[in-house]
Amino acid sequence: MAAATDALNISAAPAGRSLWQDAFSRLLYNRTAIASGVVLGVIVLASIVVPWISPYNYYTPQWALLNAPPTFHGGHIFGTDDLGRDLLVRVMWGCRVSLLIGLVASIVSVVIGVLWGAAAGFVGGRVDAFMMRIVDILYSVPFIPFVIVLVVMFGRNLLLIFVAIGAVSWLDIARIVRGQTLSLRNKEFIEAARASGVRGPTIVTRHLVPNLLGIVIIYATLTVPSVILFEAFLSFLGLGVQAPMTSLGVLVSDGASELQSFPYLLFIPAVFLASIVYCLNYLGDGLRDVLDPKER
Amino acid sequence: MTDAPLLQARKLSVDFATREGIVRAVSEVDLDLAAGETLAIVGESGSGKSQMLLSMLGLVARNASVTGSAKFKGEELLTAPEKRLNEIRGSGIGLVFQDPMTSLNPYLSIGLQLTEPVRVHKGVDRAAAAAQAIEMLKAVHITEPERRMRQYPHELSGGMRQRVAIAMALICRPEILIADEPTTALDVTVQAQVLSLLREIREQFGTAIILVTHDLGVIAELGDRVNVMYAGKIVERGSVDDIFYNCRHPYTEALERSIPQFTKVRPARLTAISGNPPNPLHLPPGCAFAPRCPYRLDICDKSVPPLETVSPNHAKACFYEGPLGTAAELSA
Amino acid sequence: MSEPILSIRNLCVYFDVSGDGWFGHRKVLRAVDGVSFDLDRSETLGIVGESGCGKSTLARAVLGLVHVTSGEVRFAGQDLARLASEKMREQRRHLQIIFQDPLASLDPRMNVGQIIGEPLRSFFPRMTQEERQAKVVEMMQHVGLLPEQINRYPHEFSGGQAQRIGIARALILQPEVVVCDEPVSALDVSIKAQIVNLLADLQAKFGVSLLFIAHDLASVRHVSHRVMVLYLGKVMELAPWDEIYRAPRHPYTQALIQAIPPADPKRARANPAKPLGGELPSPIAPPSGCVFRTRCPYAIERCAQEEPVLRRIGESFVACHLAEQIPGIPNS
Repeated sequence: MAAATDALNISAAPAGRSLWQDAFSRLLYNRTAIASGVVLGVIVLASIVVPWISPYNYYTPQWALLNAPPTFHGGHIFGTDDLGRDLLVRVMWGCRVSLLIGLVASIVSVVIGVLWGAAAGFVGGRVDAFMMRIVDILYSVPFIPFVIVLVVMFGRNLLLIFVAIGAVSWLDIARIVRGQTLSLRNKEFIEAARASGVRGPTIVTRHLVPNLLGIVIIYATLTVPSVILFEAFLSFLGLGVQAPMTSLGVLVSDGASELQSFPYLLFIPAVFLASIVYCLNYLGDGLRDVLDPKER
Repeated sequence: MTDAPLLQARKLSVDFATREGIVRAVSEVDLDLAAGETLAIVGESGSGKSQMLLSMLGLVARNASVTGSAKFKGEELLTAPEKRLNEIRGSGIGLVFQDPMTSLNPYLSIGLQLTEPVRVHKGVDRAAAAAQAIEMLKAVHITEPERRMRQYPHELSGGMRQRVAIAMALICRPEILIADEPTTALDVTVQAQVLSLLREIREQFGTAIILVTHDLGVIAELGDRVNVMYAGKIVERGSVDDIFYNCRHPYTEALERSIPQFTKVRPARLTAISGNPPNPLHLPPGCAFAPRCPYRLDICDKSVPPLETVSPNHAKACFYEGPLGTAAELSA
Repeated sequence: MSEPILSIRNLCVYFDVSGDGWFGHRKVLRAVDGVSFDLDRSETLGIVGESGCGKSTLARAVLGLVHVTSGEVRFAGQDLARLASEKMREQRRHLQIIFQDPLASLDPRMNVGQIIGEPLRSFFPRMTQEERQAKVVEMMQHVGLLPEQINRYPHEFSGGQAQRIGIARALILQPEVVVCDEPVSALDVSIKAQIVNLLADLQAKFGVSLLFIAHDLASVRHVSHRVMVLYLGKVMELAPWDEIYRAPRHPYTQALIQAIPPADPKRARANPAKPLGGELPSPIAPPSGCVFRTRCPYAIERCAQEEPVLRRIGESFVACHLAEQIPGIPNS
């Protein structure tokens, strides 16, 4: 019957252009964002591959070659540090650790922040007010003393750093997601879903969350650099990762003390740190231009 | 009273450079406006009516390229420097938009916004400007004008805001008022107030009005002459009597028959226009209305009909020469 | 005479707008203030009124999308206003809504097939994907959409087509009642007639009852069997469509009709649109007695003291003390 022939038509029905595809194709026009993505990709790739293939590792001191300057021929392309460890490999490890911390802490904070903000925004009323007051209170907690207390209590371990950073970064995302949820809640298509008999929780998962994803991606991308910088800051204060493991922050901190005599020990890790942060920011900005509903 | 038209456009075209290619929003439009007359422009989305007017005042987007000529009192506007255009806007030509919140700044008081054009264009001091503003508010029938001067746009109703916008556009006594769908967003009783106001303004100040609208009732009431636009071109132009009693273009006829009229006997079914308004990116090679036209001929798909005179001051752009009103019911 | 399918009795929707102040008395916004009417099977009841009359709030109150302060909404023997939210949700398959802004009412992240099929997922969870798709395709054909478009996204459609999607979604469960909240206001002039005709066709095909809400008397009168006129949350007149045209009895209805500019230049010159004086009173502090008295040319003392009851005069119901004495308006 008509239904059967239509079934044939449907499988041949052209796919529509979803908003994601639309956004992605617009992103491709943003040369800065694409260039940043490429640079970031190269750094990530290098941080994975280089320590693997390099003959040197990040922790074995080489007493014969302390503080050797960068040279293309000697095998130590970036030189060595004050314990004779290959700087290239250490920088690559530093990138790994910083990126890992950035990624994991951001994921944790995004998950907590989205759930908190969406719940507050969707339920509204007093529950919303209560939940956001908690966020306000946590915002006012002085962060450095908090971390110092944690470190004193639990020692300097990598997991702790993730937790500490994640515990603070979720606040921004919670606020933003709550705001976006509030504005989405009043949109007609949400009312339409209610009117057509969709249950409350289903409205959240089927309609709210996909429309929140855009803004979550933007802010997640922008959280990563701030987390990385924060970790660098902690490491600079001596509260970060334990030696011999290193992060870009540790490297910058160590390099800073040798600035007068061996400037490359500071500049090289600093350049990498700055590049990673710049690229993530440009990428996040580019994503915001294409994904932010207000920009449409 | 001079014979030269107050506003004259010849072969006016507006092209937009977009990622998908060049979009021609307005296509070689000729326009004449005599002093004191009211010209109605009928068109819907994609017809180019708003872009045409904005382009004459230099208010189009940066990726637009405007060609042709547009003269105000003999002075060419398209090549005029920005400084001169600033002088003309407001004192020579006033603008009112559909949404009064577009013309009104929500952060400034009514008084500030009304006195600004006067002080800029006529260089009067604050007290004199305020006096003129209050006169203008009275002319647009806003009660308690002194109090309103201190109020903000959000404190007024939609109808009052539109009247303030009209007051702002007219405060420097421009010779032309361009009103882009001024009553579309208003309730019918408020619309009647605004229409009556425009009639008074016309009598009192002799202002020529370019009225963009798709409401046939508004055109019948205020218009002297009508230009019907479709897909960037003028498809019919004539006096308001020509257009209503003797229209010659299928689109005009279709519009007249598809809009429900309260004052007529209720037909069994509205005569709808099939299809969708044209997409400026993908215009058909021939007449842009052909895909929806019940009188379509072969030639309509191949060439663009030129604007031809039907009778003095009445022209149409259509190849079909037969009588209208004979099409079978257009169903959607 | 069969039972009406929907019975509204003394519906009131009040909003508390006191604000968060510690001081000041409670302020209540009476959006809908004692509205009663019946809706028969396969009937279209037009609801017309200007901004602030409460028609949108009424629409949402009938569907339980807004909290009802008092009154009854009887459907199939139950009072919907008293139902718990899960029970109300179950009733939604019988009462649906079409929104004013077609693109805003469609989730931009879902494609057409998913949007139209969603109500089926809510009420027929055991239906397979293929069965659902078959029903969606069938509905798309009823509303004039091509089945090939099933994977497209809302932003790829024009306003008129998007409204068709909304209509398909509202009808796919074959509800008994569909509320149409200004379904054509946001559409282009040449598309309005298509959608109005489509709604009339679908009513004939599916026997659905429509509550057609608009601010424009002409289109309401065109599709409706009966027309209800609202002002400040109260019913002014409820009459068959031809009576509203032939013999409007309430002064407000007459004012609405006289404010419509006739689409006929000779008549417009002779008899231009007549504005209604005064301003809309605030719904927080409505006038005592008859709410329309502040703008009514016939108001007497009784109008301020006693609120007129909706009473039957001939074929119409009118809420006016002077309904019998008021002259009709001249219709040519």
